[in-house]
Amino acid sequence: MLEIGLGHFLTVAAIVFTLGIFGIFLNRKNVIVILMSIELILLAVNINLVAFSTFLNDLVGQVFALFILTVAAAEAAIGLAILVVYFRNRGSIAVEDINMMKG
Amino acid sequence: MVVQALAFYLFAAVVVASAMMVIAARNPVHSVLFLILAFFNSAGLFVLMGAEFLAMILVVVYVGAVAVLFLFVVMMLDVDVTQIKHGFLQYLPVGVLIGLILLIELAMVAGAWVAVPEAQSVAQIPFSPGGDVTNTQALGAVLYDRYVYLFQAAGLILLVAMIGAIVLTLRTREGVRKQSISDQISRRTEDSVEVKDVPSGGGV
Repeated sequence: MLEIGLGHFLTVAAIVFTLGIFGIFLNRKNVIVILMSIELILLAVNINLVAFSTFLNDLVGQVFALFILTVAAAEAAIGLAILVVYFRNRGSIAVEDINMMKG
Repeated sequence: MVVQALAFYLFAAVVVASAMMVIAARNPVHSVLFLILAFFNSAGLFVLMGAEFLAMILVVVYVGAVAVLFLFVVMMLDVDVTQIKHGFLQYLPVGVLIGLILLIELAMVAGAWVAVPEAQSVAQIPFSPGGDVTNTQALGAVLYDRYVYLFQAAGLILLVAMIGAIVLTLRTREGVRKQSISDQISRRTEDSVEVKDVPSGGGV
């Protein structure tokens, strides 16, 4: 119990990942919270990578966690920009209203 | 050892609790603040694992940039919270079902996972924390040497994201009188001055 191993960190990451997936389903109407849930999922992936990197004594996992961090930042910036433009055009950010491209 | 275990349980509990609050909070501003708390505490987890540089980067990038970006957008958009939360519990059963299935799957994977003894010897870049080389030095030596092209590609991704965000949100408003310097300096005498030959005694 007091010996913290790989399994402990993997458990935390699994719980956070599940909460992120759950958040996407729970907040079907709010795009901002969906974006935040995606950030949670990416955080869980990063915890996994760093945990394996530490416990296998291999530095590559941390390098990849760094790249995931970069992509997550870019994704958040683009997603929020799209959200701002969408709100300017439609006056709402409800997911149900995003149907203009429906055929 | 006891201190490490206590720190791990503290950080892990706060991460899980604040992740839960991110998806459950009624107000999006509270969600963003709990997201910041989750990121701070997972930076603590990273420090426990010996990845100090990534922990600091997590704080700088996520708390300093991404979370503030979220906060800006949440406060800028005048979102009607009560209307958004209407029908909040409609998707609860299917969400709980899928979350439970996923958690069980992850638990089965984590439970059945075994590291082969050779895993330690096939490490691409062996690194053991606690030596004379710090985590930041080791990461820099790898990042600027072996992964330099990927590092440049990451920079390009950020550049594209920045240009994309600017192009998306930039707008030129109609009916606003603004100084246009290129119009001013490209103006010629022939375009703006008309010379008329006025006969004496007559009008124009």
